[in-house]
Amino acid sequence: MVRTYVLLLWTWTRAAAAYPASFTLMILLGFVTAGLDVAVILVVFANTTTLAGFTREEVLFLYGAASLSFTVCDTFVGNIDRVSQHIKAGTLDTFLIRPVGAWMQLTADRFNANRAGRIVQAALVLGYACAALHLDWRRAWMIPVMVITGMVIFSALWTLAGAMQFVLTDAPELANAFTYGTHQLSQYPLSIYARDLVKGVTYVLPLAFVNWQPGLYVLGRDDPFGTPEFMRFLGPAAALVLALLAALAWRQGLRHYRSTGS
Amino acid sequence: MIELDRVGRSFKVKRSVVHAVQDLSFTVSAGEFVGYLGPNGAGKSTTIKMLCGILTPTSGKVRVAGLDPSRRRTTLARRIGVVFGQRTTLWWDLPLADSFQLIRHLYRVDRATFRTRLDELTETLDLGGFLRTPVRQLSLGQRMRGDLAAALLHAPEVLVLDEPTIGLDVVSKAGIRAFLQRVNAEQGTTVLLTTHDLGDIERLCRRVMVIDHGRLAFDGTIDDLMATAPGQSSIEDVVTRLYTGEASLPGSP
Repeated sequence: MVRTYVLLLWTWTRAAAAYPASFTLMILLGFVTAGLDVAVILVVFANTTTLAGFTREEVLFLYGAASLSFTVCDTFVGNIDRVSQHIKAGTLDTFLIRPVGAWMQLTADRFNANRAGRIVQAALVLGYACAALHLDWRRAWMIPVMVITGMVIFSALWTLAGAMQFVLTDAPELANAFTYGTHQLSQYPLSIYARDLVKGVTYVLPLAFVNWQPGLYVLGRDDPFGTPEFMRFLGPAAALVLALLAALAWRQGLRHYRSTGS
Repeated sequence: MIELDRVGRSFKVKRSVVHAVQDLSFTVSAGEFVGYLGPNGAGKSTTIKMLCGILTPTSGKVRVAGLDPSRRRTTLARRIGVVFGQRTTLWWDLPLADSFQLIRHLYRVDRATFRTRLDELTETLDLGGFLRTPVRQLSLGQRMRGDLAAALLHAPEVLVLDEPTIGLDVVSKAGIRAFLQRVNAEQGTTVLLTTHDLGDIERLCRRVMVIDHGRLAFDGTIDDLMATAPGQSSIEDVVTRLYTGEASLPGSP
């Protein structure tokens, strides 16, 4: 499984190497655009000392954690959003005649390491925040758990969005709202949002478990919305449930594939 | 090797339902070379896609190499080879040889077997001149030969070809026909071929099936096919009569 996936990634990397200028430019561009996100946070804190009760370093911590999960998924799973193009063009056929799962082939589809710049940027921000925050190190074990949980949640969301494409072939933007939109949302402390929205991203789409709930534990903070302490530890379970749902939806989606004429 | 039992596939288009294939039953035994004919939109490609597991039938039962294609798609993939004439299955930006290497890994063909098979295919399909060329730079004839080689590297029991000679010049066509004949005769590979080129059918297929409006309209040898229109001497005329519904078919609904 892993060998096949790595092999596919390597194949696409070699294909992308046919266009070296584009590769370098995209790495730089990724680094710069991701840097803009941080610039926005810094600008906000140039005018205030706290944002919805959180300090600059705490916000950077939450941002870094969500971004690291997201950018890794964007690189290794996000290619699946091209499924709508493959469905429309009928080129999905060629994936389905191979002895390897379509999900694996699609997540590796036209893999391009040019998103690496953004992963590095997110890791740097998270590293800086952790160093600057004087964290309680007995709680630091939650940081890797949180990042991995986040990756599973974002991957599942991407897969769900991909599965939706089999039904709504004409709306890849809707799926993007789902993936990139949720990332935007999770970049800030959820306490800046309305209570109902936060309920939605806790109990319906479990985005709150990407960085918010486990992040509160690492930071040693109470939830401004007053959720009980045990919620901080539900991330992995929520991620697992969502991943299961996504897998089922993906299977159903493939069975509904209609291909194109001829 | 291939069994269809009252298979149907319909598509919802806007509010109406289109039956691309209905009540289709046929059997293809191991080692046969069967031509699958039909006018545009008759349901040929839909049938082919159900055989590979790309499309799930809405009714009936499909068995290829003993497996249900839509449920066991990836397992079946190791045992069949598929070629779409209108669409390459190779990796666009990769040299042909790299595509073959990747296929070797995906299908888990061991190195020694792969070498022998690739050498064989390189020789019979004359690939030597462009193995290092990226697929996007190949001519249609070269690409089709590359696609054929790719579909056969894992020594499939069944080869399914959807219009493999479309757009090719007479020389390329002749080369591909000779190659297909060899694969069928020497390796005993079962071949199902759809085409609009009746020359393919005349030269290659012992058996012909004609599908029209999603139903099987004829199944028999070329001689049987010619006999449906006594007095007609060319296969073209016979098939035209079939497609336009002027032929009197024995035993057809």
